Amino acid sequence: MSRRTLVHLIGLAVLLCLPVLADLSGEPFLVNVSSRVLIYALAAVSLDLILGYGAMVSFGHGAFFGIGAYVVGILTHHAFNAEDIPFLPGDWVGTTMALVQWPLAIIVSGVFALVIGALSLRTRGVYFIMITLAFAQMLYYFMISLPNYGGEDGLNLWERSTLGPLDLYDEWTFYYVCLIALLGFLFLTRRIVTSRFGMVIRGCQQNETRMRALGFPTYRYKLTAFVIAGMGAGLAGALAANHTEFVGPGLMHWTRSGEIMVMVILGGMGTLFGPVLGAATLLVMEEVLIHYTEHWMVILGPFLLFVVLFARRGIYGWLVGGEKHDD
Amino acid sequence: MTSALIFEQTLNGLQHGLMLFLMAAGLTLIFGIMNMINLAHGSLYMAGAYVTATAAAASGSFAIGVVTGMVAAGITGAALEWLALRKLYARDHLDQVLATFGVILTFNELTKIIWGAQALFMSAPDWLSGTVEIIPGVPYPAYRLFIIGVGLGVAVLLRHLIVKTRLGMLIRAGATNREMVGALGVDIDRLYTVVFGIGAMLAGLAGAMAGPVLAIEVGMGERILILTFVVIIIGGIGSVRGALVGALLVGMVDTFGRAFMPLIMRAFLEPAAADSVGASVSSVSIYILMAIVLIVRPRGLFQAYGN
Repeated sequence: MSRRTLVHLIGLAVLLCLPVLADLSGEPFLVNVSSRVLIYALAAVSLDLILGYGAMVSFGHGAFFGIGAYVVGILTHHAFNAEDIPFLPGDWVGTTMALVQWPLAIIVSGVFALVIGALSLRTRGVYFIMITLAFAQMLYYFMISLPNYGGEDGLNLWERSTLGPLDLYDEWTFYYVCLIALLGFLFLTRRIVTSRFGMVIRGCQQNETRMRALGFPTYRYKLTAFVIAGMGAGLAGALAANHTEFVGPGLMHWTRSGEIMVMVILGGMGTLFGPVLGAATLLVMEEVLIHYTEHWMVILGPFLLFVVLFARRGIYGWLVGGEKHDD
Repeated sequence: MTSALIFEQTLNGLQHGLMLFLMAAGLTLIFGIMNMINLAHGSLYMAGAYVTATAAAASGSFAIGVVTGMVAAGITGAALEWLALRKLYARDHLDQVLATFGVILTFNELTKIIWGAQALFMSAPDWLSGTVEIIPGVPYPAYRLFIIGVGLGVAVLLRHLIVKTRLGMLIRAGATNREMVGALGVDIDRLYTVVFGIGAMLAGLAGAMAGPVLAIEVGMGERILILTFVVIIIGGIGSVRGALVGALLVGMVDTFGRAFMPLIMRAFLEPAAADSVGASVSSVSIYILMAIVLIVRPRGLFQAYGN
């Protein structure tokens, strides 16, 4: 058994047993923290797909996360107040059914990713970073300017999504739902990066001009990857809305995009599993540091600078050793 | 009445645009020459504003405050470059983004520790606190005119610096071919620190100017940083002229959108809905402008020296 398989198996075992471990440790609130880790891990993995494999440095990933959350928030808001959704034709009053809410969150995020990606991917390099950031900020200000949906204060989610017979208010159930979403998405992205499609994306990362010369319409490939990543972040957002029972413009603030990006780099980009480790490390660090000082960012900031300057390969690379990509 | 309003909003747009230019000029120079994306540029702006407010309150003189704020931002920027950021020039943009993101978090938190989370307020000096009637019957705040004057002055000075001086020649040469300039015996490291310091001082000046107009608070840096990004995307990264044109465009569109979009919407919608839709549309107007520029010219309106 290779060292990498071992790391994966241990990671999977830990994720499966976390609620049990939390209960045994006598700190059941840890289940709640772990769900948060899983949700952000999902967002980070989706970013890794384009950042780690396609060299698309999107600094606006928080936007899709926020859109997913707002879809759930707005549908629940209307269902709770039993009022029509004004910007949709007909007189649909929204729903709290997860099987409607979550796919819609994924689709709407995907549509936004399609539009933003189609414009942003016309550019490259530093332009791309700034443009994705600017579009995310645009959506942030747009949500702030909508008083019907809470504006700056955000919306309270009066009811978590309903998912068949499952009770999502139960911390354990919610944790395992998030885990299934994460593992499902990991499986999907894993299949993607090893497929022909994934190879084209990775080819673009190394030399896009050559890929084009080989006859690949790279723009379309990259845009598709961008949309898939946006959809993954949308699902994470839908889960996050349920987790905090609140949606606000803060979800798509640019620091959120930055945090997600930090998780990817900290864990090891272009590894898919690394971002899960990165999300866990960053969020646990936050939880621990906040105990000591409210100014925990003054420790996190220099730590980040240090990681970038001196520890490029990330936690995953450090655990697994050897090659950067796990294929 | 309407023409007076349009005139007033034009001046507001000009003032907003020139503030953005002070930020964009530094950022675009740093990018054009060092090929470095510096998110912490907004932090230097914030530092300039805080130091200016504190120094002006302590000394009782606005001028001393502004100079102290500029120098503090310049020194902070040069020190930051010397200590950490110069290691990043050879790295890819992703590393630069992450490292300077870390710098922002640190600066914001340090500011909260030193000055507290409450916003500071600062008033314009007495000699600028009145209004001036440039056109009879339309009083306009003197301080905002002062900002316009400073912005135009900096634009002229920068042009002189870049086109006429030896330093400007090195800056242009550095943007075109770094290795060649180094091979000719120019101390590239020092040139980089100087350029970074100039950019930081301009950001500090922008922060100092913003003090009496805006609330001085943590997060003010990021707000203007993202607008600055929009400006230099529109203008073309690396081009100072592009920064000026982009800044004026963004300043005007933003100001006019906020002032007139609700009025325009009232022609189509009932007043309450018009105000809310108008506010939403105006909050995204500059991003729509950016998208249009990108569709027509993906690399911005002006070419940088290097390209």
